[in-house]
Amino acid sequence: MLTAAELDALRLSLQVALVAVACSLPAAVAAAWLLARCDFPGKSLLDAVIHLPLVLPPVVIGFFLLLLFGTKGPLGGWLYEHLGIRLIFTRWGAALAAAVMAFPLMVRAIRLALEAVDRGLEAAARTLGASRLDVFCSITLPLMLPGILSGCIVAFAAALGDFGATITFVGNVQGETQTLSLAIYSLTQTPDGDAAALRLVLISLAVAIAALVVSEALARRVRLFIGRA
Amino acid sequence: MNAPDERLVIAVRKHLGDFALQCDLGLPLAGLTAIFGASGSGKSTLLNLVAGLLRPDDGRIAVGSTVFFDHAARVDMPVEQRALGVVFQDARLFPHLTVRGNLHYGWRRAGARAKPAPIGFDQVVALLGIAALLERRPHTLSGGEKQRVALGRALLAQPRLLLMDEPLAALDAARKVEVLPYIERLRDELRVPILYVTHALDEVLRLATAVVLLEHGQVAVAGPLADVAAQPAAAARFGADIGALAYGRIAAHDERYGQTTIRFDAFELRVPRVALKVGAAVRARIPARDVALALSRPADVSISNRIEGRIETINPLNESGSQVEVAVRVAPATVLRALVTREAVDRLGLQPGLSLWCLVKAVALDAGTLALASGAAATRGAAANDEPGRGAPQRAR
Repeated sequence: MLTAAELDALRLSLQVALVAVACSLPAAVAAAWLLARCDFPGKSLLDAVIHLPLVLPPVVIGFFLLLLFGTKGPLGGWLYEHLGIRLIFTRWGAALAAAVMAFPLMVRAIRLALEAVDRGLEAAARTLGASRLDVFCSITLPLMLPGILSGCIVAFAAALGDFGATITFVGNVQGETQTLSLAIYSLTQTPDGDAAALRLVLISLAVAIAALVVSEALARRVRLFIGRA
Repeated sequence: MNAPDERLVIAVRKHLGDFALQCDLGLPLAGLTAIFGASGSGKSTLLNLVAGLLRPDDGRIAVGSTVFFDHAARVDMPVEQRALGVVFQDARLFPHLTVRGNLHYGWRRAGARAKPAPIGFDQVVALLGIAALLERRPHTLSGGEKQRVALGRALLAQPRLLLMDEPLAALDAARKVEVLPYIERLRDELRVPILYVTHALDEVLRLATAVVLLEHGQVAVAGPLADVAAQPAAAARFGADIGALAYGRIAAHDERYGQTTIRFDAFELRVPRVALKVGAAVRARIPARDVALALSRPADVSISNRIEGRIETINPLNESGSQVEVAVRVAPATVLRALVTREAVDRLGLQPGLSLWCLVKAVALDAGTLALASGAAATRGAAANDEPGRGAPQRAR
């Protein structure tokens, strides 16, 4: 059915996208909180930096990641020396690139959901004896769930489809960093690769449709859970 | 439980934009204290300050010996530690929890704070009649049902003080009628003091044992409702006809004519049949508009309540003096007020010290003006009835 190489690309893509979304979720919630509920000097700057991946060419983002996280870079060097972690040319680097590209989309969706939570409900919860943390966990977070879910779906799709940042930062190593997008690109660059490229395109399509169906079903259940008829 | 002489001290200042609130109050920690005023007078602000949802600029808030806020001593107790129950105008039920989940929310967090005689789950459910709603979701409830659940939720948090911010304002007239009795029962059966914010005078007159009138962020009047109602100057500031408040007990029901007799200290009143048990203590509000005066006891008149008394004061009510309020003492502890024209005063030759008859139409006293008396007020009124040596009560003839 699927060749080993195709399976590799599919498995890798899913792994990279899932890791990217899972790891950036807490950070995205924190960022959404900071932007929606806090006021501090430099807030606009933070907002702008978070949204850079939306406006800059993906290759430029990949380049910045290379500068920062390459083994000679300030963060990459520290990681390698102290924790033995190397990101460049690895799937974890691919996950980082995908996460950075998807981050602003996730933050936007979660921030919208956070802003839609009724502050009056939070005040009511506090009068009933809940501390601020308790209110966040028992009231705010559950009510944000649809927004968090939608943020994750969008981020998953963006992470899955990333090309420019991934190929620039971690290269095109089959089995390690060659996600579906990179594999399709590589095939179109080789003679007689079109048929194989088409197969991968169809696989990508199937994954996308499956993701949409699952997300719809999940969204419906979440809506019921938080009590919107 | 709070000792009877403990007070709720609210001595604060707060600026919000152009608006400034300043008050120095010592309110009883028993019964229902109504905070009354027009929109924008600062009532909700005051409530939010007590709840801790707003911080005062200056001053002190204390419940008995527990200090919530003290600017000088740098004390500001967080909301969640104040052990209060708050009922908001918009119910604010948590949409992702069932009614049972909502009720349990505060209950679960009250934990160690539970009073010696904690308010029980079943007790509250029975009191508010919400047993059938327990597994429902808030969005499926009607407005009245939501408010009853909100009341239950606040009670189950074992509050030392219940705060209600215009709880009936968002309900239509039918729902108000539905929910009001539950608040009365709450006041009488559970010994939780209540602070009740409203702009509706009829709610104040029906529910309150003490009242605070706020005007433009300042306290204009404060005190027990009976005392406030008895002073014309204070009563007039409420902008409507409070009339006289009298405390009595249901004496008998007359099924033939569909009437109830209420015995007050030294006089009786016949009113349309009310659904209260014989012996129940009630507070009747007798609006001045519904009291007419006669120099002699009229025989050929439809009004069945004719009470003898002596004029104490005559005060003009409007600028031109064309309308006048005549205060008539009909019993040692009761003064009835009559709204009459200056023309009538001159024509009848009314003056202080004159003996005359007050005529009160029975139909003027209906469920809207009769309220269950509670607590100290009821005891006072009932005691006046039961004291020996008062002489035979005047029967309405």
